[in-house]
Amino acid sequence: MIRDKRSEYLAALILVGPFIAIYGLLFVWPTIQMVMLSFTKAPLIGPGQWVGIDNYVKILSHRLFQNATWNTVYFVLLTVIPNTLVSLAIAMAVNRLRGWKQGFVMACFFLPYILPVSVVYLTWNWIIDVQYGLIQYIVRPFNGGEPMSLTRTIPFFMPTVAVVTIWWTLGFNVLLFIAGLRNISPEIYEAASLDSAGRWRQFRKITWPLIWPVTALVLTIQLIAQLKIFDQVYLFSIGGRQDPTIVMVQYVYKLAFQQNKGGEGAAAATILFAIIIILSVVQYQALRARGEK
Amino acid sequence: MAIFPIYWAVVTSFKSETEVIASGISLWPSQINTEAYQHIWNNTNIGSWYINSLVTSSLITFGVIVSSAGCAYALSQLDFPGRKIIYILILACFMVPMQALIINHFVLMAQFKLLNTWAGIILPQLVVPVTIIVYKQFFDSVPREFREAAQMDGAGHFKTLFRIYLPMNWGITSALAIITFIGAWNSFLWPFLAATGEATMTVPVGITQVKDAYGIVYARLMASAVMAGLPVATVFLLFQRRVTQAIMLSAGVKG
Repeated sequence: MIRDKRSEYLAALILVGPFIAIYGLLFVWPTIQMVMLSFTKAPLIGPGQWVGIDNYVKILSHRLFQNATWNTVYFVLLTVIPNTLVSLAIAMAVNRLRGWKQGFVMACFFLPYILPVSVVYLTWNWIIDVQYGLIQYIVRPFNGGEPMSLTRTIPFFMPTVAVVTIWWTLGFNVLLFIAGLRNISPEIYEAASLDSAGRWRQFRKITWPLIWPVTALVLTIQLIAQLKIFDQVYLFSIGGRQDPTIVMVQYVYKLAFQQNKGGEGAAAATILFAIIIILSVVQYQALRARGEK
Repeated sequence: MAIFPIYWAVVTSFKSETEVIASGISLWPSQINTEAYQHIWNNTNIGSWYINSLVTSSLITFGVIVSSAGCAYALSQLDFPGRKIIYILILACFMVPMQALIINHFVLMAQFKLLNTWAGIILPQLVVPVTIIVYKQFFDSVPREFREAAQMDGAGHFKTLFRIYLPMNWGITSALAIITFIGAWNSFLWPFLAATGEATMTVPVGITQVKDAYGIVYARLMASAVMAGLPVATVFLLFQRRVTQAIMLSAGVKG
């Protein structure tokens, strides 16, 4: 029996070991390092002097930080709810289709999701191109016949990137909604039809409440994902003025990698880290509370 | 509507540059022209970018699947001290934004002199707690009798894992492997930071570097986009079911 236990421990050690090593080295250790670094005045690489909370004070009053925070929030507002609603509408439409048609349409919506961000960027950058882009056929009449660069005109930057992002990531949410819609038993709808409830009423009284858990899930995943936004915003802002459209992760990148301010960068990263953890926990608790009711 | 932008990119890549910038919308090239592809192939390092992407994504997939399956088996089937704490840590890891750790990953990789190497690209991408949680859920539901029977026959834990638990969950393994591979192939931020030399870039990072000495050449840019998207698009079209299954499983964990 004792020998048995010992061999079990050994097996566990060997099996869990690799993951624990990876986890410790590449997750726990960097997290501790990040917090430590955020209290020092240090370059990106090399030692620094302990300055307490100076970096935090400095950053919080930094115009660019406020910009980055606002732009991130703005981007979240522009993407999360529209994406969820559009996905739900598409899922309901796709769910009505049958057989190969359903598979085909779903694949069409899903295909963009699996493409690398740079492919999405190049494709859309061509479509919105100021000289030859297809979008200019729509833009020109509204701009006095003149073409306009949507990503170089600051008020249009975030909405444009948001539309591209929604197009890109829709498929994932559509998939989750379809899974949710399939779980609603058809008998409920049949009963509703017998009571001669119209389409809208059926949606309000049956589909919406029953799909709500999936909606909450989609909203959560979206929220957390969009707070971490970097790739698209960075790529679309190459060659333009980046500061007015900067987002949080880009701010960290700018401080640490472009200005070589490791300490301040780490402080910004720690703030982002804290915001996301807090939101995750709050969201998790909210979902759990609803589940227990 | 949904795939039109992709269609438009593909069509553009086969047009001649004069046709690309001609006015009007032509939905089909007047003549199939592969000049853009030849140019990208001959004038960029795309060949080595492909190799970098293929090697790093494959090794990430292998590492994630093997370490996750082993860890999940231990957490699910073995009794050892610290089990609960490890599981809680894994759940916690899940919420953490890896994007916030870029500075420290960079510093760490610089200390190990791994920047601009495959190892440097791979290592920080090995932390994927979702696969452990999905595996654990599936291993939990394997009836205990299977393990007991195997152990009566004298099979150790490793044999039990590799001969029974993994084959029984082969569908999940392939689904998780495909989605891990796609994710690794597509990842941008970390490879963008870790591989700055033209020779060590991955495909998604490399194609953002394609510029032309004579200004923007749209057909060539689209050809590079098609070449970068083709491998994942192919994987997706071949394994559609597995991809969607894996996504639903991992999303289910998050809720």
